[in-house]
Amino acid sequence: MTQQAGTTADFPGPEDVFGPSHADGGPELVQLLTPEGERVEHPEFSFDLDDEAIKGFYRDMVLTRRIDVEATALQRHGELGIWAQLLGQEAAQIGSGRALAPQDFVFPTYREHGVAWTRDLDPLRLLGLFRGVDQGGWDPNANNFGLYTIVIGAQTLHAVGYAMGMQRDGVVGTGDAERDAAVVAYFGDGASSQGDVNESFIFAASYNAPVVFFCQNNQWAISEPFERQSRVPLYQRALGFGFHGVRVDGNDVLACYAVTKAALQRAHEGSGPTLVEAYTYRMGAHTTTDDPTRYRLSSDVEAWKLKDPIARVKAYLTRNGLVDDSFFEEIEEEAEQLGHHLREGCKALPDPSPLSVFDHVYVDQTPELAAQKEAYAAYLDSFEGAH
Amino acid sequence: MAEVSTGSTQRITLAKGLNAGLRAAMENDPKVIVMGEDVGKLGGVFRITDGLQKDFGEDRVIDSPLAESGILGTAVGLAMRGYRPVCEIQFDGFVYPAYDQIVSQVAKIHFRSQGKVKMPIVVRIPYGGGIGAVEHHSESPEAQFAHTPGLKVVSCSNPVDGYFMIQQAIACDDPVIFFEPKRQYHADKAELDESLTLADADPLFSSRVVRAGSDLTLLAYGPMVKTAMQSAEAAAGEGKSIEVIDLRTLSPLDMGPVLESVRKTGRVVVAHEAHVNLGMGAELAARITEECFFSLESPVLRVGGFDTPYPPSRIEEEWLPDLDRVLDAVDRALAF
Ligand SMILES: Cc1ncc(C[n+]2csc(CCOP(=O)(O)OP(=O)(O)O)c2C)c(N)n1
Repeated sequence: MTQQAGTTADFPGPEDVFGPSHADGGPELVQLLTPEGERVEHPEFSFDLDDEAIKGFYRDMVLTRRIDVEATALQRHGELGIWAQLLGQEAAQIGSGRALAPQDFVFPTYREHGVAWTRDLDPLRLLGLFRGVDQGGWDPNANNFGLYTIVIGAQTLHAVGYAMGMQRDGVVGTGDAERDAAVVAYFGDGASSQGDVNESFIFAASYNAPVVFFCQNNQWAISEPFERQSRVPLYQRALGFGFHGVRVDGNDVLACYAVTKAALQRAHEGSGPTLVEAYTYRMGAHTTTDDPTRYRLSSDVEAWKLKDPIARVKAYLTRNGLVDDSFFEEIEEEAEQLGHHLREGCKALPDPSPLSVFDHVYVDQTPELAAQKEAYAAYLDSFEGAH
Repeated sequence: MAEVSTGSTQRITLAKGLNAGLRAAMENDPKVIVMGEDVGKLGGVFRITDGLQKDFGEDRVIDSPLAESGILGTAVGLAMRGYRPVCEIQFDGFVYPAYDQIVSQVAKIHFRSQGKVKMPIVVRIPYGGGIGAVEHHSESPEAQFAHTPGLKVVSCSNPVDGYFMIQQAIACDDPVIFFEPKRQYHADKAELDESLTLADADPLFSSRVVRAGSDLTLLAYGPMVKTAMQSAEAAAGEGKSIEVIDLRTLSPLDMGPVLESVRKTGRVVVAHEAHVNLGMGAELAARITEECFFSLESPVLRVGGFDTPYPPSRIEEEWLPDLDRVLDAVDRALAF
């Protein structure tokens, strides 16, 4: 994988005086499974699970892609208002999600459908937000999976605060693998420009908080290429904040797992934050309302197709005779069932009652709002009578 | 050009009016700079800046990093350097990361410098609901800015106003928060007489009677003007004569036409999508009460969004004030 275009090399500066403004050489990308499906060694990171686990990852990724395909179709049929596709980012999400311990906590953006899957959140729950029947509404504490956050970058600070709480609760660095906990904050390359994200780096570093910043660099923030957000590979930013950064092949599920696992290990033991930059590509549109042909070349998309995260695992499994046809057939069958569940379930999601909007604004309902609700109910009733 | 010209008039949408207005402002003044997320190649998510980067270049149409505080903060510096930045906030709900720069810096620098530094910045905010969007994409935060001394706040309601008002806002030496009713962007078309110039347009900070009437004054702005006009039409069918005023400017308020109307009708309903509590309606009601109390036949009534967060889109049409809720308020005011 090559370094992205448009680095500081385009901007000759007074390097003779100050030295280079960016690290020497191309960024090193941790890869453990090549696009051709061959396992490779890395000096620092290794994949320590067996082939059964890889089969599990394969299943996860296929099913995650199915969720994405179904939801996209549901949007096209008017059942969802919008959908944020994750096509191409399955490995980054499944690899990192499967590295989590049950007691770890996730702060997602709006695109983490694969991570949600690894946390056993029914994907139907995700559709409510995109259908417009709720604004998430799942219990973050039930699956240790926070609400989707649309305001770019806001959740990274929440993640650090949550991690600071874990520190105070004494569940960091106990040496007990069942107990030590950490947080993963997901965000995008675009988000890396937000003040909130940079502040979250500072807080995490300052308090040595047990958090893994997992950035899916999918190269695009809607129409803006990565170069608009950063002149250095993102993982290198960590150094300036005082912690480690690493760039991983975001389309390699083994590497994403291994690197996240190692970063979580550090967080669990009390060694503080890590920035993981998963170098990947947004194969679809930004959302179903976006038209990427206005701003990017289809040849770029074609090039990334060759690095498909699922195809390389399939190649590995088949080439090494680890599975037979029935393995794929069973997953296909499961995907069919999942698709059915989503299609039928989505259409059956009830619209909320207009009066429900008054509930949960406060813990203790105010008399004013209660009166507003009552007046609106009476108003609605006046129409009932009229019919 | 997509629209067909017939003689010197053109039928345009609000999106087109704003786009043409931005283009005219950029042609007339080389100091005008457009900046924001995705405003370049993409032309903005609503295509309001469509084609501008192609024609004016990347120095004048700036795709910014994804950071609203950054957009407004750098706009301050550009303004100090003599530029006139027109900042696009992608959606209403994303203005808050820039709120600090707008409220603590943009709004106060002229005052703090005792008039030595001007802040001719325009912040364009697509606002309001009705487009079936997810959360943070349908809000109406105008009162929060109108409450801030040092900022001027306007909202256009139709394509022709969009065309002129954006140019006037850019020409204004004070910072202007410019609210664009996003659900109107591509909705209705209006005739733009291309022979008209800025000199022919109503002043930016003026309100306008858009339908004459004698029984009640209905105040609206932005997306609610259309609903107000429909309400007045429906009420006319029942023999009620409603005067509709498109406020256009929210800070400063142009109370002249409002008070004149209220002195005639004696009854007022204010309608906006924003929450009623401490919204524009509250200020209007107070001013009307203070200035023409003895003309009033009924209390000033307000119709707006409920005092809750914006709801999930499947029930947004119930949450937003509609024709029925406006007429209900009209009836209550008339029955008083
Ligand atoms: C504060 C804020 N500003 C703007 C937006 C509009 N917006 C939604 S997604 C997006 C791009 C995000 O890019 P990135 O962080 O790279 O994540 P990706 O969508 O590519 O996963 C923008 C500008 C927003 N949601 N929040």
